Amino acid sequence: MHAPGSALPEILVAGVGLTPIGEHWEKSLRSIALEAMTAAVEDAGGLRPQALFVGNMLAPALSAQTHLGVLLADFAGWRGIEAATYEAAGASGGIALRQAVLALASGEMDRVMVVGVEKLTDRIGSSVEAALAAAADADFEAVQGLTPAAQAGLLMRRYIHEHHVPEHGFAGFSLTAHANAVGNPRALYRRAIRLEDYASAPMLSDPLNLFDAAPVADGAAAILLTRGDRHRPAGERTPIRILASAVATGPLALHDQPDPLGFEAALISAGRAMAQAGMAARDIDLFELHDVFSIYAALALESAGFAERGQGWRLAAEGEISRTGRIPISTLGGSKARGDAGGATGVYQAVEVVLQLQGRAGEAQVPEAQVGMGQCLGGAGATVATHILARADRL
Amino acid sequence: MEVSRHWRLRQQRYALVGEVCPHCDVKIFPPRDICPDCGREARTEYQFSGRGEVYSYTTVHDAPAGHEAYAPYTVAVIRLEEGPMVTAQLTDLGDQPIEIGTPVEMTTRKIGEDGERGMLVYAYKFRPVLRPA
Amino acid sequence: MREVAVLGAGQTPVGEHWDRTLVSLAGEAALEALRDAGLDRPDVLIVSNMLSGVGPGSQLNLGAQIADWCGLKGVEAFKIEAACGSGGAAFRAGVHAVGSGLVDLALVVGVEKMTQTPSTVTTAGLATAADADTEAAHGPSFIALNALIMRRYQHEYGWKHEDFGAFSVNAHANGALNPYARLQQPITHEDYREARMVCEPINLLDSSPIGDGAAAVILVPAERLVPGGGRPRVVVAGSGAATDSLAVHDRRDLLWLAAAERSARQAFAQAGVGPDEIDFFELHDAFSIMAALSLEACGFTERGQGPRLGLEGAILPSGRLPIATQGGLKARGHPVGATGVYQIVEVARQLWGAAGDNQLPEPRVGMAQNIGGSGATILTHILRIS
Repeated sequence: MHAPGSALPEILVAGVGLTPIGEHWEKSLRSIALEAMTAAVEDAGGLRPQALFVGNMLAPALSAQTHLGVLLADFAGWRGIEAATYEAAGASGGIALRQAVLALASGEMDRVMVVGVEKLTDRIGSSVEAALAAAADADFEAVQGLTPAAQAGLLMRRYIHEHHVPEHGFAGFSLTAHANAVGNPRALYRRAIRLEDYASAPMLSDPLNLFDAAPVADGAAAILLTRGDRHRPAGERTPIRILASAVATGPLALHDQPDPLGFEAALISAGRAMAQAGMAARDIDLFELHDVFSIYAALALESAGFAERGQGWRLAAEGEISRTGRIPISTLGGSKARGDAGGATGVYQAVEVVLQLQGRAGEAQVPEAQVGMGQCLGGAGATVATHILARADRL
Repeated sequence: MEVSRHWRLRQQRYALVGEVCPHCDVKIFPPRDICPDCGREARTEYQFSGRGEVYSYTTVHDAPAGHEAYAPYTVAVIRLEEGPMVTAQLTDLGDQPIEIGTPVEMTTRKIGEDGERGMLVYAYKFRPVLRPA
Repeated sequence: MREVAVLGAGQTPVGEHWDRTLVSLAGEAALEALRDAGLDRPDVLIVSNMLSGVGPGSQLNLGAQIADWCGLKGVEAFKIEAACGSGGAAFRAGVHAVGSGLVDLALVVGVEKMTQTPSTVTTAGLATAADADTEAAHGPSFIALNALIMRRYQHEYGWKHEDFGAFSVNAHANGALNPYARLQQPITHEDYREARMVCEPINLLDSSPIGDGAAAVILVPAERLVPGGGRPRVVVAGSGAATDSLAVHDRRDLLWLAAAERSARQAFAQAGVGPDEIDFFELHDAFSIMAALSLEACGFTERGQGPRLGLEGAILPSGRLPIATQGGLKARGHPVGATGVYQIVEVARQLWGAAGDNQLPEPRVGMAQNIGGSGATILTHILRIS
């Protein structure tokens, strides 16, 4: 069944689950993932998945563990079901979600669990930094000592230069994310920050400071999807449908991108998603973007059509990204304050959109949200996965 | 081997603590949150005896990085007397030939070290049960 | 699901490509597959790879990197990983993508680069496919896990080591005729018996060689292929995927590949065929014991009787179930994350009549089975001329 507007068959959210992002030194990767998956299954009234799609980027490097799909399926008590892992650096979770959508759309399955999981804190900072740097081109970027923060710093300096952004012009992203996280009991940093805090933060890769960057930590998020024509979620809960799912890539190395500030893969990915959903930026009520660095939030807003080129930072400066603004972002804290669990991010975003659309976001609730978008980035915008979800009862 | 990771597994590695499923009574090692047999929650601790027998065994000559210093070493799948199987090295073999079915018991030995100044990782290995001459 | 066809294929020789990067190998196979299919550009690029994210010098985001290398600006791309089963999993993802109707042209490329690290590091990398906490920490290499299975198998069923020799002799004989194979020399039963012991009872000639390599196929909606052209139309008749416990010691039955049975059943049911109707079988002979277990679990022989198919000659190109027709993992080589795609390329080439000196006489239905870990993830595909 293809509803008017969307190119996708009816794919519904049966249940969602999250673990708080944090330094879970007492928990293993598999138990963090299980916690989120169990919560999603319970949320779905005990529905058992036929397949498990895992989004993860760093288990091979930091936990000497490949083959996570089967590890987690077995640990969850689903021995025998199909399982595999999807990786596109920080976009891994969104990629896993996209593949679940395709598998469901094919009709070959009707109940799929997607889990994004990351376990980073078993290792010390420099090993984690080195592992994260593998999201850039190992031979031509990482080998030069370039880190993800340095990539973002390069983009941010150029953006400030081209678009004449005043000092602390990006502060609004960080302030908004932190303010929103106060209402999210699962966020890593549940405290608001002031402009003075932002202005006095130490530099990471100038002009990018500590508050322009998201903290990385352990976490897992899970979402159980069904085909609406075969499994309709039971109960009172507002039904949520995936209207669009799109992925695009661009050159991996920043220096290979013809127009680094054009964020072209995000432009294509968001464009495809909106075309699939039959929507435009004005139809989106909230946007969980990948604010792993504040500059990426600005670029994501521009490439998705919420601001003109070079004007994304103004949305933050002018309060348009707050929960009551024109386009709320990072409504539960985003990567900046909820925390960034690497390859799990895309699934966190999808779950958070679901919580908002169902009115389950508690103190962080965005009023009257009916359509939400999530978008995660792998590398400096090299892989971009975009999903649009909506209340099925309002379509 | 990361300190926190080893710490999480200390009860298993030092003391062979597993679980018994409160629903179907199956004994589980290594422990998990969900019983692989009945699919229900299994978080009840169970102390294994450490006795078992060799289900299969082989000798590793080309060791993975981190284990080179110990090569060649013998690894086995042990069937514990309570039912589950576990992968572990055999130790204290002397000249004694190992066979499928050889009775073994758990002991604690070093299985790795993290560089010159890093953590020493101790864990279970299994040795043949001594019998009266 | 709409029917999916395999339109083109490409592969690099499996070898020690010390002069090539991972990306250039992937690009070579991918671009050859596009040329072979007469296409400029796919809608999605699916990369299968196991080891690029492991250890020092690791590279994430291979999908974007390979897409960029191939000039596929803006294309959807990502990597899928299921250890040595990555290739089969990627192919299945491609089948779902095209089958869904949301994507028309899928390019699946499997790539692995294994010879640029010291062997202890590569061995440790392969061991990440096992349970890091309860298996790998105790030192068994990937070979050792298979050796544990093989010893017990011999113990239970009474087979002698030499009874497994026919698998390796057949694979090498076929590999000798395949210019893409890593090992292109035939071996004798005597060579097999006298080979150096690697991990008892597995000797060197029970084991597949690792290597660098890339293989690629193009998937399209079958309805888009009109009759005519030089090759028969090859469609994906069945696709199955299943898992078992990750750790070998957690299996209910170490001597039975439950995931192979389950995934083969799915594929047979979809294709509407049984084991008797399979004309040839590209199985996952990473070790000769895996060949025997795969044949049993898929129903080609009784439990415990896998070696008999070798001893009776059924697996030869002239036999009733040819296997490893272009060398298999044993002689073509095992570039782990790419292997599953090599298998599909080989099945397609046989069905197209394009298998060169390895060509079987007019096969119509071929099967490929790809195994991740020692039986933990198993993908089975049946391709057929339609």
